[in-house]
Amino acid sequence: MPEIRNYTLNFGPQHPAAHGVLRLVLEMDGEVIQRADPHIGLLHRATEKLAESKPYNQTIPYMDRLDYVSMMVNEHGYVLALERMLGITPPLRAQYIRVMFDEITRVLNHLMWLGTHALDVGAMTVFLYCFREREDLMDMYEAVSGARMHAAYYRPGGVYRDLPEHMPQYGHTRYRGESGTQRMNANRSGSLLDYIDDFTQRFPGYVDEYETLLTDNRIWKQRTVGIGVVTPERAKQLGFTGPMLRGSGIAWDLRKKQPYEVYDKMSFNIPLGTNGDCYDRYLVRVEEMRQSNHIIRQCIEWLRANPGPVMLEDHKLSPPRREEMKGDMEALIHHFKLFTEGYTLPAGEVYAAVEHPKGEFGVYLVSDGANKPYRLKIRPPGFPHLAAMHEMSNGHMLADVVAIIGTMDIVFGEIDR
Amino acid sequence: MSNTARFVRSLFLLELFKGLSVTLRHMLFVRKVTLQYPEEKAPISPRFRGLHALRRYPNGEERCIACKLCEVVCPALAITIESEQRADGTRRTTRYDIDLTKCIFCGYCEESCPVDSIVETHIYEYHGEQRGDLMMTKEKLLAVGDKYEAQIAAARSQDARYR
Repeated sequence: MPEIRNYTLNFGPQHPAAHGVLRLVLEMDGEVIQRADPHIGLLHRATEKLAESKPYNQTIPYMDRLDYVSMMVNEHGYVLALERMLGITPPLRAQYIRVMFDEITRVLNHLMWLGTHALDVGAMTVFLYCFREREDLMDMYEAVSGARMHAAYYRPGGVYRDLPEHMPQYGHTRYRGESGTQRMNANRSGSLLDYIDDFTQRFPGYVDEYETLLTDNRIWKQRTVGIGVVTPERAKQLGFTGPMLRGSGIAWDLRKKQPYEVYDKMSFNIPLGTNGDCYDRYLVRVEEMRQSNHIIRQCIEWLRANPGPVMLEDHKLSPPRREEMKGDMEALIHHFKLFTEGYTLPAGEVYAAVEHPKGEFGVYLVSDGANKPYRLKIRPPGFPHLAAMHEMSNGHMLADVVAIIGTMDIVFGEIDR
Repeated sequence: MSNTARFVRSLFLLELFKGLSVTLRHMLFVRKVTLQYPEEKAPISPRFRGLHALRRYPNGEERCIACKLCEVVCPALAITIESEQRADGTRRTTRYDIDLTKCIFCGYCEESCPVDSIVETHIYEYHGEQRGDLMMTKEKLLAVGDKYEAQIAAARSQDARYR
């Protein structure tokens, strides 16, 4: 009798459902997964090592590129670590701007997740709708920082620039008449805050649309209910954070448990799942989008009423204003000093964590008193999730692996760093 | 929901038709959001960080004084500068290269420049047919600056009060 062996299947790294460069070595018994072994490191860019060779501020643009679908939250984690080390608190307005953009980023991330997850499972339309909304959110990013994705906007001591009073407008073309252009520019006539406000009014309707398409849909349910179940105990043991943990029913959210910035002043709820399967995690994330929308609205209200500085006036840490720099010798010296040498942190170590859309994003920083970190360790939320790949997919069918990768919300920028 | 109601909903595929009505509505009644690029373009913020340019003063003198702040602040080490004293005693660059294949468009060079010389413009449509085409030299950068000075200056003045 011939020996029957399991079939080994190589999934990725170029598979479109692998969300980047995931290589999975699957051991299959027929169509059932026996062992799933993720191979990582294909997007390793040595961010942690690079940070050791440059002044603190110059690492901020690299933080954007870790998890490249939730850029500003990565920056937030890093900047928060620097601020804790320096013992400074940014002005209140800067904190509100950060919270607002953190939540915009959360929506941005969850839209990307929802679109690609649905696409992997077989629903094309949601993907198109999600990207339509992402376009508006990226316009907000661009208006405030000048880049649609890699913002480099948060700085220790605040944010780089205040929110603009004007939004860029569409130009006139022959494809749309005068009225067509006017209609497209209608929500761009005011400030950035008006634009965001307009979006937050429309957004719950959009989420309803996604839910109509997915939540009750029998195909969606067949593909997600009971797939990749993680019990609350196991979720804790595996080091899950964020929606992966909340999907299993554990109410853990750093925004509530260890409030940073002004999250303690915001009113919002933490959605929880009960079964810990892909479907519950989907429901948790969709509800998180609604809650984020609610937080953004609270921030807009506050920011409208309270103009003020968005950066500390301490010129040992933040560059002086440009006019000042051009007219004042002292300011010019500060400007040069900051852009060449930067600033030094006291010797010591700090861990700062933020509630990233994917979980807990932590930055552990060791300083020896120089102007660059002695060691920077990044705790990516996706890494422990991916590590549970075998446990979650064992015994499921091959097609469920795709749903499980989708529900983990994996981005390789952060896992490989 | 009672079992009968669930049975009826399930039998007549109600949730699927509800979903299909959303897509149908979008297909027939909702205005399209597609832009007809390149004829139509998305609006660009004055803060946009695109292709680099070197600017000149209105009298034609180049602004850059070779202080090398941008070179030192560049996180990706994409800028290379060499300088010399010119015949009139001022210090100018003899070489100002930006390797666009290294550049991460963080905008720190523009932020650091004390004389508003190096800027990141609104240009995002450029290409190189060979690797060397994306190595911006001083001449290329100055040419970009000369060509788009009006827009560059307008964008800077729009954003000046925030910086």
